[in-house]
Amino acid sequence: MTYIGSSVKRVEDKRFITGQGRYTDDIVLPQMTYACMVRSPHAHAEIVSVDISHAEQMDGVVKIFTGKDTDAAGIGGVPCGWQVDFKNGDTMKEPPHPLLVSDKARHAGDAIAMVIAETYAQAKDAAEMVIVEYNVLPAVTNSKAARADGAPQVHADVPNNLAFDWELGNPREEVDAAIAGAHHVTTLEFINQRVICNAIEPRSAIGHFDTAYDKYTLYTSTQNPHLIRLLLCAFVLGLPEHKVRVVGPDVGGGFGSKIFHYTEEALVIWGSNQIKRPIKWTAERSESFVTDAAGRDHITTAKMAFDKDGNVLALSADTFANMGAYLSTFAPAVPTYLHGTLLQGLYTTPLINVSVDAVFTNTTAVDAYRGAGRPEATYLLERLMDTAALEMGRDPAELRLQNFIEPFDGVEQEGYVTQVALQYDSGNYAPVLKRGLEMVGYEQFRADQKAAEGTGKLLGIGFSTYIEACGIAPSAVVGALGARAGLFESAQVQVHPTGKVSVYSGSHSHGQGHETSFAQVVADKMGIPMEDVEIIHGDSDAVAFGMGTYGSRSLAVGGSAIVKSIEKVLEKGAKIAAHLLEASVEDLDYAEGKWTVRGTDKSVAFGDVSLTAYVPHNYPEGLEPGLDFSSFYDPANFTYPFGCHICIVEIDKESGVVKVKRFIAVDDVGNVINPMIVDGQIHGGLAQGIGQAFCEGAIYDESGQLVNGTYMDYVMPRADDLPSFEIDRTVTPCPHNPLGVKGAGEAGCIGATPAVVNAVMDALKGYGIHDVEMPVTSQKVWNIIHGS
Amino acid sequence: MVPSKFAYHKPSTVKEAIALLATHGDDSKILSGGHSLVPVLKLRLNDPEHIIDVSGIDSMGGIRDNEKSITIGANSTHGEIANNAALKEHAPMVALAASMIGDIQVRNFGTIGGSIAHADPAADWPAVLLAADANVVLSHAGGQREVDIDQFFKGLFMTAMGEEEIITAIRIPKTAFNKNSTYVKFPQPASRFALVGCAAAISNSDGYITEARVAFSGVSATPFRDSNVEKSLKGSVLNEGSIATATASVADGVSIMSDHFAAEKYRKHMAGVYARKALSALA
Repeated sequence: MTYIGSSVKRVEDKRFITGQGRYTDDIVLPQMTYACMVRSPHAHAEIVSVDISHAEQMDGVVKIFTGKDTDAAGIGGVPCGWQVDFKNGDTMKEPPHPLLVSDKARHAGDAIAMVIAETYAQAKDAAEMVIVEYNVLPAVTNSKAARADGAPQVHADVPNNLAFDWELGNPREEVDAAIAGAHHVTTLEFINQRVICNAIEPRSAIGHFDTAYDKYTLYTSTQNPHLIRLLLCAFVLGLPEHKVRVVGPDVGGGFGSKIFHYTEEALVIWGSNQIKRPIKWTAERSESFVTDAAGRDHITTAKMAFDKDGNVLALSADTFANMGAYLSTFAPAVPTYLHGTLLQGLYTTPLINVSVDAVFTNTTAVDAYRGAGRPEATYLLERLMDTAALEMGRDPAELRLQNFIEPFDGVEQEGYVTQVALQYDSGNYAPVLKRGLEMVGYEQFRADQKAAEGTGKLLGIGFSTYIEACGIAPSAVVGALGARAGLFESAQVQVHPTGKVSVYSGSHSHGQGHETSFAQVVADKMGIPMEDVEIIHGDSDAVAFGMGTYGSRSLAVGGSAIVKSIEKVLEKGAKIAAHLLEASVEDLDYAEGKWTVRGTDKSVAFGDVSLTAYVPHNYPEGLEPGLDFSSFYDPANFTYPFGCHICIVEIDKESGVVKVKRFIAVDDVGNVINPMIVDGQIHGGLAQGIGQAFCEGAIYDESGQLVNGTYMDYVMPRADDLPSFEIDRTVTPCPHNPLGVKGAGEAGCIGATPAVVNAVMDALKGYGIHDVEMPVTSQKVWNIIHGS
Repeated sequence: MVPSKFAYHKPSTVKEAIALLATHGDDSKILSGGHSLVPVLKLRLNDPEHIIDVSGIDSMGGIRDNEKSITIGANSTHGEIANNAALKEHAPMVALAASMIGDIQVRNFGTIGGSIAHADPAADWPAVLLAADANVVLSHAGGQREVDIDQFFKGLFMTAMGEEEIITAIRIPKTAFNKNSTYVKFPQPASRFALVGCAAAISNSDGYITEARVAFSGVSATPFRDSNVEKSLKGSVLNEGSIATATASVADGVSIMSDHFAAEKYRKHMAGVYARKALSALA
């Protein structure tokens, strides 16, 4: 059977497209109450007083909690899960992130009270009656401005709002010296703007304390239920972990924003024990805009130095990374170990130094968003590459090819050791670019571009050749880098007596199609029909442990854990089969769901072996009954997908309107289990990457208000903004996991953005500019063309 | 996204609706398709105590093809208007603009009466109705009156409607200029409302323009006709040259809106670009 490699239709789609998906907000428990948060409308304000006396009298109100209550209960707040120390070795500044703030609000949307009522409408009405007196303070939203002397202090004990500073790579003096002596230096100062994740399902959480069993259940729209349980129990509420069940049911998109442990999850759990009734909280879209951790938000200066032949000599990068008002779960890792470590890119750059200031501001927290650090690194490198080519009069494709790392498979040849702390697993970079050039018809395009000169249109082409670190991650490595958790994965393969198989995975699907691609792997490896395999995930009472889904890790790490368990099942199955066949294990072959004595027609089917395992009448002596194995898989290394994205834009000179005419993506994600699902992941990622370039971006006013906090103003990319994508693949298998897979969830989003901006810059090369700030709107382009 | 509590009324005649309006006055809001009002209620930007739902009033529905005009019932949805054969024939810009509003769901619920009562200057209807020389039929306790569209839009979310009046219909005259009309839009990329919406309607005699009506949504807080453009076109032959001359200074002397999508200078420029697009389509 060959399920692996075929585009099996997604088994989960039936329930999704017929409206039968079961999301957290669909769950209704007996006696359930509804919570509405009272949130600060101010970005920065002391809380003078909170008066709940009127609100308490409103219809249906069950209970109102304020910061005084959570303070009195001794709850310190939600923790950060990754520690990055200052350059001088000091521990990062990690001010508390309270569930409800009692002293001051540090961003618009900070929660001040939780109003619980019989219905949500009643809770909402009562929340409007909670009277909060504020002393409004000046706010700062820009990370560079926040570092200045005299800037508003987000936290009293964090001088100049610096959470930590950090650097990586070769000594700065060496890098600076190489840059100073170089033939050509390309310098870019740019902003990688803040984007809001905008999962289609708003965050939702139900806390239920069951008095009969003294047990808590948290239903929450999360990408990693076990991680939430660990943080909730060990760091926030001090609950016994065996008395807490966390369920992440169907989840409607996450893009990173549902990795993190949010205050509302802890609030509904704690509150449900206080009132002895379940509490449901579901974000309104307006709340999602101001409380879901956002992405990107870097202000960067970067320099790339070249010799006279165009060889890259050195790279330096200085970034202000906006952390928002608090350190979200993985926030410190994003601009550091997920960004700085990727600045080698695909190039042989011998000297690299990156320095980052992580800065508090009066904004919603920033954390991992599809790609998490790697899109920022790619944007930095690839914008530099195209700009350098333009400045030096070189062809951007040739300049890349010249600087690519030579091919290495990670088996015969060693993995490539970078200047920034990684060892790439396997790579062969020229073919993706060459295939992209072939697909685009590069020579013809340059001719078309020339022909368009003097017309009302400008044509431009932009390149991006990226690498990412996925399959996050080897626990020991990330531990050394400050992670406060391991990043392995677990899986249990439970064979039922009838030969049907239940697989319990610690990975969590929130749109990726695990129920399909995991089942393909299981069915193939076990030689049984896919219909006989069920993938179960998302419930801490069903799945022993798990680290969840992010960093394109599910198949590479979670899938590998499944493979390990399958190997154990088949190893034990062989012993039972050998007994039944009166042969020795060494003489058996397993294929197509049966064990056969080599060279004979004697065989026993998988179903007979599984039945024997559970009805062990005629059974090998000393062997335990049952056929059920768990495994924990800790990867040996990250995986390193790579690819080439090429964008062609057409600009209308009169209006400044930019159209993406074509978008070509050649990605190498290692082996592919389900090409249709991988294509879908690539398409979705491209849409988000192109969306950042053209559409998205949070805008704050002087007082720290998010100006575009609704879909009337916040631009999401839509189908009619995008061309039909032209995609292809090369396959360079991962040498260190059993499936040879590298991960595909983030690739599109990582590669696309700089290709788009590079294309715009190529079209505008006659106008003497080096950068255009994202999102690239018609107005900005028109201003460039018309010199204002 | 839940509105404050309100009492819900569903009158079945215009008379009943006006009586309810008279009783509840400032504390009430008229609901038709809900696509302007409901978002405002859900965001709690407005919390009327009474909602008077006029969607069940039969006399406010339907599109009637009369001898000299087409009467569009105020409850007609954008979708109905977009697909109406009489409008497509006699005032193509009206059907075209309707087809460009929102998405299918919005067009199937949102109504023309609700939209112009809301008077969002970035909506598509104001430009089109101004260019069409439409009349707005307003009903009140004493009967009804017709307001010339040129007198209807008074400013940002402001109209000539009295407090106890309801829009019951919009009349589009069957004129030569409406028969030769079009609408183009430079959409705000998030809402797809008009950063610039330009409606143009032109009649010719022996190849010379006898009447030109060119109007804009989205450009100014009060939707407007550009008399300079219209005057320049009148009497000329519609061609590249006359279009260029007429649109050389679109929206001059008008107070122009500004936001992060289109600041004043760019918006004014785009008004010219879209005027040229509209007029070129009729040339």
